[in-house]
Amino acid sequence: MSQVIFFIAAIGVISGAVGVVMLRNPFYAVLALVAHLLSLAVLFLLLRAEFVAAIQVVIYAGAVMVLYVFVVAYVGDQTQPLGERIGAPGAVGSRLRLGGLLLAGALVVELLIALLGTGLQAIDGKGAGYTPGPQAFGTPAYIGKLLLTRFLLAFEVASFLLLIAAVGGVVLARRRHGLDEQEEEDLLVPMDLLRPGSAGTMAEGVGRR
Amino acid sequence: MSIAWYLAVSAIVFSLGAIGVITRRNPLVVLLCLELMLNGGNLALIAFSRMWGNGDGQILAIVVMTVAACEVCIGLGMIVALYRRHLPIDVDELRELQG
Repeated sequence: MSQVIFFIAAIGVISGAVGVVMLRNPFYAVLALVAHLLSLAVLFLLLRAEFVAAIQVVIYAGAVMVLYVFVVAYVGDQTQPLGERIGAPGAVGSRLRLGGLLLAGALVVELLIALLGTGLQAIDGKGAGYTPGPQAFGTPAYIGKLLLTRFLLAFEVASFLLLIAAVGGVVLARRRHGLDEQEEEDLLVPMDLLRPGSAGTMAEGVGRR
Repeated sequence: MSIAWYLAVSAIVFSLGAIGVITRRNPLVVLLCLELMLNGGNLALIAFSRMWGNGDGQILAIVVMTVAACEVCIGLGMIVALYRRHLPIDVDELRELQG
């Protein structure tokens, strides 16, 4: 049974990845990545990583992909120029593409040799023993205990990294050319009575009060 | 299923991501392909974690996911900034980061 599930999930993972690389429209590429991530979560479940599979679905396939969809919708459809240039005969892009394919083919051969030819006995086994229980391998309790004891430093550093990235994202994507005309009109809305100054408006975003 | 199968899938996914990073020109798709490469690494980490019955690989996979989320945040912020400045959304046209 687990073999059937493995092959279905592995086909989903690989076809999702092919879809991300091949599809012209970035929006479809994002959808292919969502399919890829969901199939990958099934593989994680087969490897007894329940908590990682759950956060893969909730955070990756949920939150991060929503961010991608918003940016694709904001930037707009970039399909046309991409297709034109690569399709042009004798373009530099086609030669680069062939080189990229060759390089990636060499990479997959090398990785397979490195991973499967290691001579590790355990690689052909089904993994270490597993006994189900409330604190078994891969459950939230197990991961939480590790994160707050042995890997506390990594946990704290990751939280700082997230904070820095959030601030950096706001700074990078802020608008730099001031407000548009219609936004400068001060319309009094009921929310203005509840908040200080121009908090939460575009005027705050460009640093004007 | 033996662990080797999972490692083979992870190697294939990593290489597919590498193809995308090298050949695609839209920075959004390049970011998506970077995610593919990180996911290939994550699958290998979790497979090895299962192999030894040790949770360290899973913790490292969670940290990799955190780093991927940060990378997406910064990368998409840069793409939005490019769009706001009416620069071409194409990694071949963008040769300098100045300004």
